[in-house]
Amino acid sequence: MRIKLALDILGFVALALLVVFVPHFVADFTAYELAIIGMYFIALLGLSILTGFGGQISLGHGAFMAIGGYTTAILSVDHGVRDLWTIPIAGLVAGAAGLLVGIPALRLSGLYLALITFGIAVSFPQLPKQFDDFFGGTTGIVLGLVSPPFGLDTTPNRWLFYLTWGIALVLLAVAWIFLRGKPGRALQAVRDSEVAAESSGVNLATYKTLAFGISAFYAGVAGALYVMSTAYMNPDVFPIVLSVYLVAALAIGGLDSLVGLIAGAGVIYILQNRSDDVTRWLNHLPILDLNPKQPGMPSVVFGVVLIAVMLALPMGVGGFLRRIFQPLTSRLYSRS
Amino acid sequence: MLVADFTWTEFAQQLAAGIRSGAIYAGLALAIVIIYRSTRVINFAQGEMATFSTFVCWSLMNHGLSFWAAFPIVLAIAFLGGVAIERTVIRPVENASVLTIVIVTLGLALVLNGLMSLIWGGANRPFDGPFSTRTIDVAGVPISIQDVGIVVVSFVLVGLLALFFRYTKVGLGLRAAALNPASSRLVGVRVGWMLALGWGLAAVLGAVSGMMIAPVLFLDPNMMQTILLYAFAAAVLGGLDSPLGAVVGGILLGVVMTMLERYVGFIGSTLKLPVALLLILVLLLVRPGGLFGHVAVRRV
Repeated sequence: MRIKLALDILGFVALALLVVFVPHFVADFTAYELAIIGMYFIALLGLSILTGFGGQISLGHGAFMAIGGYTTAILSVDHGVRDLWTIPIAGLVAGAAGLLVGIPALRLSGLYLALITFGIAVSFPQLPKQFDDFFGGTTGIVLGLVSPPFGLDTTPNRWLFYLTWGIALVLLAVAWIFLRGKPGRALQAVRDSEVAAESSGVNLATYKTLAFGISAFYAGVAGALYVMSTAYMNPDVFPIVLSVYLVAALAIGGLDSLVGLIAGAGVIYILQNRSDDVTRWLNHLPILDLNPKQPGMPSVVFGVVLIAVMLALPMGVGGFLRRIFQPLTSRLYSRS
Repeated sequence: MLVADFTWTEFAQQLAAGIRSGAIYAGLALAIVIIYRSTRVINFAQGEMATFSTFVCWSLMNHGLSFWAAFPIVLAIAFLGGVAIERTVIRPVENASVLTIVIVTLGLALVLNGLMSLIWGGANRPFDGPFSTRTIDVAGVPISIQDVGIVVVSFVLVGLLALFFRYTKVGLGLRAAALNPASSRLVGVRVGWMLALGWGLAAVLGAVSGMMIAPVLFLDPNMMQTILLYAFAAAVLGGLDSPLGAVVGGILLGVVMTMLERYVGFIGSTLKLPVALLLILVLLLVRPGGLFGHVAVRRV
């Protein structure tokens, strides 16, 4: 086990070094793109705790991101709070909402939970429309642009990159510590068999609600960062389909694989923010000639990939890679 | 909370509108229940399948067919499509985890939604229905012919299905396969094909719901998304494994939501969805099996 621990820490340090040095080598806009990927990574990290480890399905994480986003927008525009300090508050507000959802989730499992959280994703955008003087309605709220604080000598986009990935690293470490110990084992026990977990003394209520709360906290933080990057918030910033993308990216990447989560975040970025380009790339194929402005092609491609991965690699790409490399790594472990 | 200008005539009109919406929810909810009973899958692509069929109908009508000429063709296409989907995509994940199955149906929804945007474009368009929107006088209450037509068509279809399940050998096989696949296989029911048949029938139900509601709304690729949520609510309300429950739940939900929208000013049209969600949530906590369903007993 010691070697596995060392490998984990080594991987973390490598990721941290990447985060420190990458902005020096890429264009300003690429740093911005990588920052957005980092935000989706944070949301996926939270979802991985809930779904990958806890076995609870949530099709409503886009709504928790939106709650975080609204918290940041309202606090910084209406109350003059500096955007940086709204991030933890956004996480806490979304986390509280997650706990609220987690309570009924205790009694619902599997498909019913999927239905309810899907309902949350579909119906949440109605709330800002109804209470428009508080949420800004469909017109939305315009935020100030992000600027580096404390007189730091860097561009706004690079600052956004450092901020996002700095938070991502901290949250990754937190998730790792959380899942490594007793809570992680308890959650996995709940995932594998609720009845067996309960009879071994795992408190189902505590762990299921906790998992929902924590994962919503992560989504809220991601939503807050995302709104800082767009400098704009309305119900369309986090569309309903984002919730689907999140779960789907998690399933494609592999429910509990770190590399898979980063790849999944990249996929969401392309689908959500660069969907025109997908059609343009596909046009390089000989048989196709599509209008890039015509929507739909990204959905089709993603849906087909999703189904194909689920049919061919039920453990996701991450799980598949792990199985290939298992002979190698298990030999490493067994030597310790 | 009540809106001041209450008249019985208007109440009756709202009731009719509620039953109209309810008939649509009931049709789609019944499709969900049929699939859930046979394959234990909640089909998140049900709405997209229905909208796709409606687009096919629109195309056929664009090529000069009348609605009633296109209708059976669309139903046949929907049926074959449903069977094909079960055979190719759902079958391989039959015994997989809930998450895998949910993801596959979501992937299906994405594919169908994208295809609709690709083929027909994302803009919404008017859909000429088979019924006139003229009102007729029923006991002093003006009710549109369209509403009556929608309810009649939905109910006739549900009735036919009930007869099919109750009195035909295939219907019996379908029920047997859903209830106890292992024993049914032993007595010669071709369970695999029964499940595919279930998907085909569900697709037909969805197609009818789509073609009936399209004239009321506008036709666009996301037309059924919110309706699907109401259908889920209706199915859960009646009990996910009860066909009768789905129909009763659908009508009940349609009437309650229409009344809330009209007479509780605070809810209006924007808060309808959250209220429907709250309704199913509360119901699930109080009565997990729904009104007519059974609570599954887990064996350890």
